[in-house]
Amino acid sequence: MPTPTSQSSESDLYTPLTGAPLTAGQLPRGAAPLTLAIVALAALGLWQFADWSPAGAAVVGALVYTAVIYLWSRVVEGPRKATDRLVTAVVTCAFLLALLPLISVVVTVLSNGLARFDTEFFSYSMRGIVGEGGGAYHAIMGTLIITALAALISVPVGLLTAVYLVEYGRGKLAKAITFFVDVMTGIPSIVAGLFAYALFALIFGPGVRMGIMGAIALSVLMIPVVVRSTEEMLKLVPNELREASYALAVPKWRTIVKVVLPTALAGIATGVTLAIARVIGETAPLLITVGITSSDNFNPFDGRMATLSVFSYYEYVNPGVPPQFSLDRAWAAALTLIIIVMVLNLVARLISRLFAPKTRA
Amino acid sequence: MAKRIEVKDLDIYYDKFLAVQGVSMTIQPRSVTALIGPSGCGKSTFLRTLNRMHELVPNARVDGKIFMDDDDLYGAAVDPVNVRRQIGMVFQRPNPFPTMSIYDNVAAGLKLNNKRLRKAEMDEVVERALSAANLWEEVKDRLPKPGSGLSGGQQQRLCIARAIAVQPDVLLMDEPCSALDPISTQAIEDLMLELKEKYTIVIVTHNMQQAARVSDMTGFFNLRGVGQPGELVEIDETTKIFSTPSKKATEDYISGRFG
Repeated sequence: MPTPTSQSSESDLYTPLTGAPLTAGQLPRGAAPLTLAIVALAALGLWQFADWSPAGAAVVGALVYTAVIYLWSRVVEGPRKATDRLVTAVVTCAFLLALLPLISVVVTVLSNGLARFDTEFFSYSMRGIVGEGGGAYHAIMGTLIITALAALISVPVGLLTAVYLVEYGRGKLAKAITFFVDVMTGIPSIVAGLFAYALFALIFGPGVRMGIMGAIALSVLMIPVVVRSTEEMLKLVPNELREASYALAVPKWRTIVKVVLPTALAGIATGVTLAIARVIGETAPLLITVGITSSDNFNPFDGRMATLSVFSYYEYVNPGVPPQFSLDRAWAAALTLIIIVMVLNLVARLISRLFAPKTRA
Repeated sequence: MAKRIEVKDLDIYYDKFLAVQGVSMTIQPRSVTALIGPSGCGKSTFLRTLNRMHELVPNARVDGKIFMDDDDLYGAAVDPVNVRRQIGMVFQRPNPFPTMSIYDNVAAGLKLNNKRLRKAEMDEVVERALSAANLWEEVKDRLPKPGSGLSGGQQQRLCIARAIAVQPDVLLMDEPCSALDPISTQAIEDLMLELKEKYTIVIVTHNMQQAARVSDMTGFFNLRGVGQPGELVEIDETTKIFSTPSKKATEDYISGRFG
């Protein structure tokens, strides 16, 4: 067997390099997941029995697993596969570490929130309640009304802005709009709340509180998200489809309405739903603009309304005596909010599946 | 109602870049005119000026005149949408609308323009267009299925059906067979020979055998040189171009000496 020639000066490219062995050392099957499981168990033990903090145990576990799998693979399999194992391990550990806070949040909210997750919570307001009982019916309705109004404002504005940017916008104006939309994605939510408050205080005088103010504050946060996601979706529509439509003598506006938007509809609907999910849990702007009330108020143009996030906040900072009843209501409100967001995400997936262009016959 | 197209001294620009220079030709009604030439010489660009698709590219423009019978296509009062109503186009890659069924794709030219037809009339238009495109037998049982579920050749014939459903006077085809296998190509070539009884057809092709098989007239485009604009070298009857072309460059190209 000829030895593999190194690619030195005498090797010309017309001679094949033969002789490299086809077999190589391999770790036993399932080595990586098994090691990971053992290290994870050890980290769990450190946390439970050795008084380590859970975060510390998780990070140390991740480092140990990465080191063990890399060195083991390097000895048995060689450097190329070891690098592969190293990167795989880093990616896996990063994923698991990112998952931990999420699991922790869900577990905490579930265990604390289920205590008051009952029919009374969903059918009573807080009118005349000081201690036990009461519910968040007014806050749930308030959140839904204000978010729906915010969506009603943001979706048309955002959609049309995106259509302008993709289909019509040329030159400096379009560039400037894109830039400011990007800036707007980053504004802190409290600024949006102060903007809406200042706007209405100019007209109605200071101290004004209305549901519509909250909706406007939320739409300031929501519009840029809708614009960006819709813009990306419209850009994905192949230009060939527009040309096919133009070639059939369809005017531009009708091409946009009948060909471009339907093709991008699944993505747009998903983007809008995710934008709603993004603002539905906002607290700070609603705290300033809408305030809180303990009774039902479903008229967004008349006075304070309750919303889930603000309700949860007030139940937590101003508990009664004993505080437990208030805290339970706060956690139940948080749980309700998480469930609403989850349902919205599921709806987004359903929508994207329903509206996606069908390719299979 | 096929119409004659007359092009006079047409210069085609992309912004400041002169892409094609000085094209003059007459396209006869009820015939197939093939445009051949090497890549990048401006055949497709020229084809797209015939139904004013060229100006959809930002800053693209033309100088010169194109007449369809007696109408100046680039006249001041001419609406490009009305031009495209009479001059249909089939593209290189099949592009059925992905959100629409086979039926709706064929009916798209009517439906998107809000022509209100009764169901029976619409059915008839769809069947006639699909039959003319030799696709009816293959899809008549699955008209409500999405058009993108068809094979590439079927999709291209669907696009042809879509183009002829609005009954244009002229049909432009931009390399309609370049993404297709020989059998689908054969089907589309047969179709062109049938369609030329009623339509004026202009086809851009890279396949010289195809030009020889289907066309009555052939125009040869070439670049003047590297970095220079493309030009129409000559246009003549297909038999003459492929036997005794009058220009040396044409002979070199069709005999495979270059290109």
